[in-house]
Amino acid sequence: MKSFIPREVETLWTLFTAPTVWALHFVVCYAAVAIFCAKGMAEEIAFGTLRLGLGIFTLLALAMIVLSSYLAWRQWGFGSGDPPHDAATREDRKYFQGFATLLLSGLSFVAVVYAAIPLIFIAECQP
Amino acid sequence: MTAELGNFSAEERAAQEERLRKVWETPKGLRYWTSVNNSEIGLWYGVTAFVFMLFAGLLGLLMRLQLAVPNNDLISADLFNQAFTLHGTVMMFLFAVPIFEAIAIFLLPSMLGARELPFPRLSAFGFWSFVLGGIFVCGSIFFNAAPSAGWFMYPPLATSEEFSGIGADIWLLGLSFIEVASIAAAVEIIVGIMKCRAPGMRINLMPMFAWYLLIVAGMILFAFPPLIAGDILFEMERMFDWPFFDAERGGDPLLWQHLFWIFGHPEVYIIFLPAIALMAMIVPTFSQRPIVGYSWIVLAAVGTGFLSFGLWVHHMFATGLPQISLAFFSAASEAVAIPTGVQIFVFIATMLAGRVIFSVPMLFGAGGVIIFVVGGLTGVMVALVPFDWQAHDTYFVVAHLHYVLIGGMLFPIVAGIYYYFPFVRGKKLSDAWGKVAFWLMFCGFNIAFFPMHFSGLRGMPRRVFTYPGDIGWDWFNLVSTIGAFIFASGVATVVIDILRPKPKPAARDLNPWNSGTLEWTNDPEESWGMRSVPIITSRYPLWDQPNLQRDMEAGRFYLPDATSGERETLVTSVLDADPIQCLRVGGTSYVTIISALGLGGVFIALTFHWWITTIICAVITFVAIIVWLWTGTAPIPEEPEIDVGLGLKLPIYVSGPASVGWWAMFITMVGDGTAFASLIFGYFFYWTIHEDFTAAAQGPGILWPIVALVLFVVAWVLTLLARELNEKGTVGARLALVACFIVTVAALLAGLAGPYFHAMDPTANVYPAIVWVLVIWTVTHAVVGGIMHLYCLARSFAGRMTSEYDQDIRNVTLYWHFMAVTAVVTFGVIGLFPMVTE
Repeated sequence: MKSFIPREVETLWTLFTAPTVWALHFVVCYAAVAIFCAKGMAEEIAFGTLRLGLGIFTLLALAMIVLSSYLAWRQWGFGSGDPPHDAATREDRKYFQGFATLLLSGLSFVAVVYAAIPLIFIAECQP
Repeated sequence: MTAELGNFSAEERAAQEERLRKVWETPKGLRYWTSVNNSEIGLWYGVTAFVFMLFAGLLGLLMRLQLAVPNNDLISADLFNQAFTLHGTVMMFLFAVPIFEAIAIFLLPSMLGARELPFPRLSAFGFWSFVLGGIFVCGSIFFNAAPSAGWFMYPPLATSEEFSGIGADIWLLGLSFIEVASIAAAVEIIVGIMKCRAPGMRINLMPMFAWYLLIVAGMILFAFPPLIAGDILFEMERMFDWPFFDAERGGDPLLWQHLFWIFGHPEVYIIFLPAIALMAMIVPTFSQRPIVGYSWIVLAAVGTGFLSFGLWVHHMFATGLPQISLAFFSAASEAVAIPTGVQIFVFIATMLAGRVIFSVPMLFGAGGVIIFVVGGLTGVMVALVPFDWQAHDTYFVVAHLHYVLIGGMLFPIVAGIYYYFPFVRGKKLSDAWGKVAFWLMFCGFNIAFFPMHFSGLRGMPRRVFTYPGDIGWDWFNLVSTIGAFIFASGVATVVIDILRPKPKPAARDLNPWNSGTLEWTNDPEESWGMRSVPIITSRYPLWDQPNLQRDMEAGRFYLPDATSGERETLVTSVLDADPIQCLRVGGTSYVTIISALGLGGVFIALTFHWWITTIICAVITFVAIIVWLWTGTAPIPEEPEIDVGLGLKLPIYVSGPASVGWWAMFITMVGDGTAFASLIFGYFFYWTIHEDFTAAAQGPGILWPIVALVLFVVAWVLTLLARELNEKGTVGARLALVACFIVTVAALLAGLAGPYFHAMDPTANVYPAIVWVLVIWTVTHAVVGGIMHLYCLARSFAGRMTSEYDQDIRNVTLYWHFMAVTAVVTFGVIGLFPMVTE
């Protein structure tokens, strides 16, 4: 079976994957609610539906972050080689990248959960 | 990287040093000011920013004097308004951000092991823009014409000529000009950190300072452009009465608040992160051990950088947005405390794990952290919506922001001054003076600002120029004023310590603190930076690589010589820092000053509506920049490869993504794209707030926008074709470039035709105004794109661009990728979106 998990890529940009997912999630939540409330769409769509949609989107975002954590963990050699990763070798550089990416994935996961909390507690636009 | 190190005789070394000295020589006399060397530019930049800080500090003292007692009439209400507006503006735009650009330009090359950052002339251009814009903005108060509507310039107060006079124009145009300088610095810093590290300095070995600055420069790129977009809308309203923020004609003052704070909140972290970066250099030195948790610092820097963009609405909690929107921003504001806390704990852990030497830099650092933590905690309080509604616009917020900025920025800066003074001047500042200064500043600060929490909780609003007695504010204010003067005496002590004559140290000691990082190998007497560019194998090379200093000074590493008579530095790969190019950078030049003065003239003349002067200055700027590009960029080298030492030959000329120029274009265009996205945000913002956002006004129609869109796509394809043909020969490429230019002109005319033929009146309503702004933005970019086609054509005819040496056309193609996206979005949106919503 062909794996759906991407092959390992070596670039600086993978470091920013999880925070980028957080940013997208944040913007989508903010924009969806802003348009919903400003346009008075509550007459056509229930607020609950919007919450449900954003809830599903949150789960998708979290899944993306978990995937990025897995890739980061793999880049860190599944935890082989403890920090500080300060040797002048390609291997330590990769482990450093993996570990730092993993940490960022953790932070992004928490931040996405934080952003989703208002969806649980607030049930209308309440201007 | 196990190359055999070079070995030179004493005579050979002397000859090498002679040649290096000549190439990197700083000009004498008046021509000194044409220098572009990072050590000069960094120093000027830093000193200028510091002087602006002192000026703004005096304004702060003036305000404290006025507020010392109730019903005071020391200064008028209007002068008070000018003083607090200028105080905030100067501290933020002319001190806090530029001082870090200064420090980065000064330190980064030495820290990274480069001779110079990749675009020294761009740094010089940024510096001259900054000085001119800064003097213009600061000077206005002496003509009673300073901006007076508060440092965030809220409309409708600030858009009204009657209430805010010319001050708001000075603010807008002066600062737009300085924003250009910031983006220039961001380009320089990002490319410098990614591409100009010493061989072997992999990203896991980069100094912490570089990590932070990389993130900060990236943030500048996304934070400043929304403000530039906001400035454009604002100035169009003030100058031509286009109603972007005028509610009567469909505009909305809240759009300005959004754009300002999308800039303004990340700005706080743009200021704070580099200060913490200084701490991340100082703490390991005075703990005499490597930093604990290197990866955690990277987490903190990147995490803070991202999260800081999700906080802007917490400045707008009182504007009546839906509560669920407020809650998203409240949540993000709480989340950002996590990475911020991580950085503080990393410092504490490093100090605990090492043997702390409590020197003056550490005193300022530790004192700053204490103050910052207090400010951070009140920050967590005001991030909660219900509390914020109570504290909003009171002195509680004034206390909070000063705790954050002075603890998180000013104290670390002073720590940095004490720490790096020997690096700049070869001698230390006084320990005794430093300790006196610290205690005066630390105590004075707390005496001045702690009582403001209470005066705020007792209801004292910010920005009042006086207050009645007997309502419980008197004593707090008097104590604050006394504290402010104690604090100022501490700052004065630092200034005197810097200025007083100091004896020359008995022995040359390049590394007086026994630091571990590479910058301490530099001799401040020499302007070449690195005598030879070393191979790095550690995060703290001076601690871990024996003989490094000696070998570097003996020229045993890369680039020990300057036989070509050109300024050269190494370019290395992003992740592993393998050497890939020998880059020649620009030397001493007048074009940078002339370009900056010309551009400054444009902005100043616009302020006073001197249209002819504006045009003359614009022409001067244009010519200067073309001369700069023509003579200074992408010269064809005398031979393709050069020997950089240690038996390595590297190319001198590379093009496409391998070249620093391509990266600079890419980064600039990302910033440009962000400004464009902000304008598009404006378009949809107006759509959300109105039932019918076109206000039944005539739109640009579908036909012309679609014609323009298609023509722009054709011009883009032709540009790609020109690049491909250029690889085969010159004739096809030249024909394609001519075709590109003609189609571009047709495209931009078609773009203008839509709103023009439908007689859209931008002063009537916000809808035509925002359509016109988008079209003008795109057309202006098309004009630049067309000039680029002609430039490549001219370079090809002049033999400066060939099949082999094709940097110009490759960078222009990159510009056109962005151009095509801009055009497709603009004309797609203005042409099709009104149909979709009908």
